[in-house]
Amino acid sequence: MNTVAPVFEDAEKGSSLWHDAWLRLRKNKLALFGGSVLLFMVVVALLTPWIAPYSYEAQNLDLGASPPSAAHWLGTDIFGRDVLTQIMYGGRISLAVGFIATAVALLIGVTWGAVAGYVGGRVDAVMMRLVDILYALPFMIFIVLLMVVFGRNILLLFLAIGAVEWLTMARIMRSQVQSLRQQEFVEAAVSVGLSPAAIIRKHVVPNALGPIIVYTTLTIPSVMLLEAFLSFLGLGIQPPATSWGLLISYGAETMEEYPWLLIFPGCALTLTLFSLNFLGDGLRDALDVRGSKD
Amino acid sequence: MLRFMFIRILQALPVIFVVITATFFLVRSAPGGPFDQEKIVIPEVKKALEAQYRLDLPLHEQYFAYLGDLAQGDLGPSFKYPGRSVNEILFSGLPVTAELGLYALIIALCIGVTAGVFASLRPNTAQDYVPMSLAMIGICMPSFLLGPLLVLVFGIWLDWLPITGWGDIPGDKILPAVTLGSAYAAYIARLSRAGMLEILSQDYIRTARAKGLPEWRVVTQHALRGGLIPVIAFLGPAFAGLLAGSFVVETIFQIPGLGRFYVQAAFNRDYTMILGTTVFLSSLIVFFNLVSDIIAAWLNPRLRHQFQGGSS
Amino acid sequence: MALLNVDNLSVSFVTRNGTNKAVDNVSFSVEERQITAIIGESGSGKSVSCYAMLGLVPSPPGRIDGGTAHFQGRDLLALSEDELRAIRGRDIAMIFQDPMTCLNPFMKIGDQLIEPLTLHKGLAKGPAREQAMALLDEVGIRDPQAAMSAFPHEFSGGMRQRVMIAMALINEPKLLIADEPTTALDVTIQAQILKLIAELQTKRNIGVLFISHDLAVVSDIADQIVVMEKGKVVESGQPKAIFDNPQHPYTQKLLAAIPSGQKAADTVTPDPLIRIDNLRTWFTPTGGADPVKAVDDVSLEIHRGEVLGLVGESGSGKSTLGRSILRLVPITGGQITFEGTELSSLEGRSLKQFRHRMQMIFQDPYASLNPRMTVYDTLAEPLLLHGLVRKADLDQAIRELMDNVGLARAFVRKYPHEFSGGQRQRIAIGRALATRPEFIVADEPVSALDVTIQAQILDLLADLTKEYGLTMLFISHDLAVIRQIADRIAVMYHGKLVEEGSTAQVFETPQQDYTRSLLAAIPGANAA
Repeated sequence: MNTVAPVFEDAEKGSSLWHDAWLRLRKNKLALFGGSVLLFMVVVALLTPWIAPYSYEAQNLDLGASPPSAAHWLGTDIFGRDVLTQIMYGGRISLAVGFIATAVALLIGVTWGAVAGYVGGRVDAVMMRLVDILYALPFMIFIVLLMVVFGRNILLLFLAIGAVEWLTMARIMRSQVQSLRQQEFVEAAVSVGLSPAAIIRKHVVPNALGPIIVYTTLTIPSVMLLEAFLSFLGLGIQPPATSWGLLISYGAETMEEYPWLLIFPGCALTLTLFSLNFLGDGLRDALDVRGSKD
Repeated sequence: MLRFMFIRILQALPVIFVVITATFFLVRSAPGGPFDQEKIVIPEVKKALEAQYRLDLPLHEQYFAYLGDLAQGDLGPSFKYPGRSVNEILFSGLPVTAELGLYALIIALCIGVTAGVFASLRPNTAQDYVPMSLAMIGICMPSFLLGPLLVLVFGIWLDWLPITGWGDIPGDKILPAVTLGSAYAAYIARLSRAGMLEILSQDYIRTARAKGLPEWRVVTQHALRGGLIPVIAFLGPAFAGLLAGSFVVETIFQIPGLGRFYVQAAFNRDYTMILGTTVFLSSLIVFFNLVSDIIAAWLNPRLRHQFQGGSS
Repeated sequence: MALLNVDNLSVSFVTRNGTNKAVDNVSFSVEERQITAIIGESGSGKSVSCYAMLGLVPSPPGRIDGGTAHFQGRDLLALSEDELRAIRGRDIAMIFQDPMTCLNPFMKIGDQLIEPLTLHKGLAKGPAREQAMALLDEVGIRDPQAAMSAFPHEFSGGMRQRVMIAMALINEPKLLIADEPTTALDVTIQAQILKLIAELQTKRNIGVLFISHDLAVVSDIADQIVVMEKGKVVESGQPKAIFDNPQHPYTQKLLAAIPSGQKAADTVTPDPLIRIDNLRTWFTPTGGADPVKAVDDVSLEIHRGEVLGLVGESGSGKSTLGRSILRLVPITGGQITFEGTELSSLEGRSLKQFRHRMQMIFQDPYASLNPRMTVYDTLAEPLLLHGLVRKADLDQAIRELMDNVGLARAFVRKYPHEFSGGQRQRIAIGRALATRPEFIVADEPVSALDVTIQAQILDLLADLTKEYGLTMLFISHDLAVIRQIADRIAVMYHGKLVEEGSTAQVFETPQQDYTRSLLAAIPGANAA
């Protein structure tokens, strides 16, 4: 829409708020570090089937559990399986749960919150009352219950986790939309004659994205923690699949004799969570300022 | 204020009701009954047991009977441990979990608030980065990782602290409480830092300084009141989280508390136990959320007056 | 000897983007028992100079580069933090601009009030409260006892400012620094507070350093005026000298920018473009409390080609009236007729078709532009929406608009945050004019702008009204501005229309008491 014809030949280039935010983000070393580590993890996870040193099922019962060595950089578990391989495959699951469940929560939450926030009135009251009730339910307990009751289904795991996280997303989106709706440039758009759909699309959503992006980045780690928690209790991912949470729970059982089985998966999880949190914090700082007001 | 409290309490009741109903039907609809895992039971004996536990009635009748019992405070007999009632088991585990939760919360509040306020006084300096980095670690290291690590380091390698039990050996309460409290210390540190930073940038802090108040008084008399409101509001969800966290911590440290019973009951399909514990824990959580909401609202004079019908 | 003597003060701010010299070799003084006013627009350094003296500028990023500030024989800039703290609140006191945010909302008024006493004079709570109540009475608070246990949000802006004044004077300081104390207040309240400050100053024999952007306001009370621009003092002297014979071009510019004069009475043939009959816009809060009657039974006519000035203080309903006409808020009752068509009944498509004939200019230029759209996008939107130009002619149309509102064409691809307040308002005006409307509602279009920019935008609006043949509803709380631009005036108070007439009529022969009190409150009676 911005193709400027010869009439404006000597027009100066503008610097959009996204651009400014990007510049600010670039200066934040921690956030960049987080972002790079995250990228690395994701790439490794995607390429795992091709780059893992050993096959997933390969056991070496003669070897048993052994500390890190040249052949096995991170050691082996009691079945002689390569720990590095286990961590890589476990990472695929953990990251997948994190991203997919967050995506589900994002989709539902943003739509719900945007509608409630923009339409307002009775519709808003009803929609948010539902959110309030669901919010007050002690979800941890319910999830545990669901997991036990319905068997250990990975799909259900995503759904259950998504069902918890969409609530906060909806609340955030709604409060964003509400405050934007009262902004004068939205009033101006109304007075120009734009339809509500066009206003939401062009004026509200682009300006609401900031906090949503930040919150999404911070939701992924808490989803991953939730999955790890459930897997640790034996209620999440089931063997033969593996996840970082499962690996940590196995490692905890045998940590006295084989501490590396606990430490390495633990490091992987903690490092990933760190990166996501630093990135999220950095995004929050970068996107927060609306540019100079005067 | 009373009107506000009343409304809140009214709002809480349907929640508890939904919890009871949903749990009831969820548990009952699960495949398998509480006795299926036992060794083969003679069909007549199984029938008699089912009758005793009312399993032969149609589902909705079981439901209403259960509600009736609940109204009298009777959570029913345990399936798994004949002769013992759910109430009994719950209340044996409750004091343990409560004590654990209390210590964890105290640790979390003391460390968290101190670190957060301290960091907020000199933002973007070492005084800020160090506590906040530690806080970040606390957030990123889940209790089921931290616990075993602490056990490994302090219990096994250094052998300073006992690693199982509760109340048996002096010092055995330290590691569990620290494990459970750390994550919350981290959240509270971040919350109080953010809250304090927000307040310290307000105009009325400048007024306080212009009056000649020494900085420590500016912080304690003027800033803390507003700055800690987010922390108070967080206590409700924190309580729920502490409860959930106790599942893990009690499992790791072999503590006979509610959390461990709950997890076991879930595995064993002990219907009444699951139901009873869920209802009980949920009610507790709802209650604590209520209290924390009310306190947070009360601390804000504007809200306090709004609900008293004063001018605003 | 002067009470306060500031000599060659320089203060800079060191940030990641460079060092900014906020105060550059500034000198001024305050005599005992006199009021010195420092005048400047935003960025002039007027506030920073005073904060720096008292050590209230946060030390990174602020830095005092040099100079002295002698107060009662001591150089404030050379004192230690402890020594300065002893002076703050005891010998030198400050009051600030926004009483809403300057009082601690979580503390009772009484507790805040006695703090300077218990701190500096070591008084016990009992006697301190006695003194506090006496002072509340002195500043005009009606029920001091009740006030002591109240919270700030229970008071109006004017009352809160009185409390702040009480808090400042409670230790009987020698010098009072007032940083824009009346800027956030309504015009009538402003007059009261100014009077209060002047009275207290005489009664208690204190020196006052009064910071403001409004020459008219200080001309009434100041003994000496110091004018600052971009960190430097450009002129100083007695008010009469400054007003009659300004030396520096910036001072002259400031004086010229004060809205003055009265619009020449045009012979406008009464031809109502818009008729408002018994309009009611009520807001009912959820919870069933009494509705807020923002616009209560207002009937009005706006004639084609005229500028109708709508005057009122905050809460009068003037903004809501403007928005009601434009159908930006739902109407509760009554009728609005635009050239014969009943607006209040239009919906959907038919309303949309009407929209391009009436547009609005808002008060806050930053908030009224979508921060993620360039100038091009913002101006193109209305043009494309109403199909007023073909795609091929779009660039040309935008260029014309920018020329008409005085925006350099080179800026067409820039975003709102890259512009100054005045430029942003020009963009907003451009957007309003894009659809060639017949009627424009201007809601406090210059209130958020610096005084010199204000004058430019007012001139622009006046020119455009003539050039485009516009009918305008000009809403403002500033009577001087209205006088300059409006043909007729309507006065609103608490949702009702109180008085109506031509500008000359209303100013020379006001009929209602409220109008009279508004007129009396206009500052600058001593101005040329």
